[in-house]
Amino acid sequence: MTATEKTNNEAGGAPIIQVKDVSKHFGDFVAVDSVNLDIHRREIFSILGASGCGKTTLLRMIAGFESPTKGRIFIDGVDLTDVPPYRRPVNMMFQSYAIFPHMTVEQNVAYGLQKERAPRNQIASRVSEMLELVQLQQFRKRKPDQLSGGQRQRVALARALIKRPKVLLLDEPLAALDKKLREHTQFELMGLQDRLGITFVVVTHDQEEAMILSSRIAVMNEGRMDQVGTPKEVYEYPNSRFVADFIGTINMFDGSVESVQDGVMAVRCDAAGATLRAVSSSALAPGSHVCLAIRPEKIFISQEEPQSKWNTSLRGVVADLGYFGNLSLYRIRLENGKIVQVSAQNRRRSAERFLEWDDQVFISWTTQSVVVLPG
Amino acid sequence: MTSGDGRGTLWQRVTIAIPYLWLLVFFLAPFAIILKISFADPIIAQPPFTPLLDESGSPHITADNYTFLLTDKLYIVTYLKSVFMAAVATVLCLMLGFPMAYGIARAESAVRNILLLLIILPFWISFLLRVYAWMGLLNNYGLINNLLLWLGVIQQPVQLIYTDFAVYIGLVYSYLPFMVLPLYATLERMDPDLVDASQDLGASPAQAFRDITWPMARPGVIAGCLLVFIPAMGEYVIPYLLGGPESLMIGRVLFDEFFVNRDWPLASSVAILLLMLLVAPIAFLQRQRREEVEGG
Repeated sequence: MTATEKTNNEAGGAPIIQVKDVSKHFGDFVAVDSVNLDIHRREIFSILGASGCGKTTLLRMIAGFESPTKGRIFIDGVDLTDVPPYRRPVNMMFQSYAIFPHMTVEQNVAYGLQKERAPRNQIASRVSEMLELVQLQQFRKRKPDQLSGGQRQRVALARALIKRPKVLLLDEPLAALDKKLREHTQFELMGLQDRLGITFVVVTHDQEEAMILSSRIAVMNEGRMDQVGTPKEVYEYPNSRFVADFIGTINMFDGSVESVQDGVMAVRCDAAGATLRAVSSSALAPGSHVCLAIRPEKIFISQEEPQSKWNTSLRGVVADLGYFGNLSLYRIRLENGKIVQVSAQNRRRSAERFLEWDDQVFISWTTQSVVVLPG
Repeated sequence: MTSGDGRGTLWQRVTIAIPYLWLLVFFLAPFAIILKISFADPIIAQPPFTPLLDESGSPHITADNYTFLLTDKLYIVTYLKSVFMAAVATVLCLMLGFPMAYGIARAESAVRNILLLLIILPFWISFLLRVYAWMGLLNNYGLINNLLLWLGVIQQPVQLIYTDFAVYIGLVYSYLPFMVLPLYATLERMDPDLVDASQDLGASPAQAFRDITWPMARPGVIAGCLLVFIPAMGEYVIPYLLGGPESLMIGRVLFDEFFVNRDWPLASSVAILLLMLLVAPIAFLQRQRREEVEGG
């Protein structure tokens, strides 16, 4: 069982966070536009979008730093829309980490409990517990400027977790870390979430990060929620051109419907210079505009005419290729000039290239691999 | 440039020498002269003090001026009054300047530049003119009194000018920018997320100010207080033009001793003592600031 499936099974009962028809305007600018969202207990929920799409504003409204222009926010069933941040059962990890530079690691972590006026011995034991959790015991007396980026991130995490919030909000938690550390920290975060059972709400612009971390992803675009679903759903069944294009790479062919028969849609695509087929249950009338989309890894590339199991095959030449070690990327130019991206695993060990520039190739795929998007 | 590079080190030495030279010529040398005069006796001559070496070549040194200063109550009272008035003006500047600096630091960048310009704008007009303008405002038949009379709030003009109150207005008005600018510089560098983070962890806005904003702003507070307190302490023009007979500040006494009484030795000893009294708090504040920087 993957972490994703497990959290989904446990996600029973009322949602821990309910965002109901929330909008936020800054003057004429609409940062968040009528967003509805249910976030369940114990899930890692990612809000994914390009910068300026309103994701951080939405997070700051959940934390209480911004008040919505319209709509209500419920946390654990209680309407907290008008409650200030210091009385909300959520804590936030800031993108800048916002570690207090004039306090030691220990003082930073203890801050939340001190504001709660917790007894001194309880604070001491909880601080030790948290520092152990993030493996910073030997740094407790250090000042923040004596720490590395990864250590600062863990201080911020420990400080945000010490009050045992119902929800932990994370604003671009890994953006400031280098690639290797980021990959390592992703799994640490997931392990931590699993152990503590706290709901994580992560804001990120990095689709890969969202895919790995999350049980569910909400894709945000220009203040609106385009799609909410599991990583597999948003990747394999995107519901709009934006989502399809934003998450991963995808080839798109615009066209008009010729016919829909037995769940297979035939679409005339001038861009591909052919009639393409896709599995679709929709009853679109012939002539309607649609967009067919297919991921690069679902395309098979060969020099010989492909076998019949591939339902669609097109002829083209290699316009460009890139070797990435584990896989190769090809840009194939079709006869009418359209470029199609194809990725292939490098299964054979060889110093020679399997394909060269300007080689004649066939690209092919199955009807099931094609996504039908609104035109 | 590395230190091994001969031309580099020469250039570096020249660069470092300039401020030292500046201090030597414009501070240390005058200080030595004043120090010398403070140990002389006043005479009616040109210059009006006894030379360091008399005709026989033996040194002529007297501590009379200092003993006189320390025994005459006028000077002690004036010193204390100066310290008190400068301190009150500094605190008032801090109370007014902090919210101003905070507001500017948190304003949008376009608005921020306009606000900063407004803070600096008064410097474009001569300091003396601005103090004269306050005389016009505070006069018994000045703008403020006339307005209050016209409104019927008062029947008789209120004595505003030639009081301590007027001196405070003058001091706070003149030195406020020196408080706002260093405060702005530190507050502007402060990450606004820090205040959000402390509120997120349960601090009320007042607690967040006490725990985060104030300690983070301390270098700016210290710099601003020094920049206001030191010149306010020795201020001459404002108490002279706006103050009454009781607003005796040390700068005014200094001027009177030099140019009215022409007692240069006594005036010099006043200046030396003023410097000594100022050096102590400055050294203290500077050490605080250094500790802050080193402490991270």
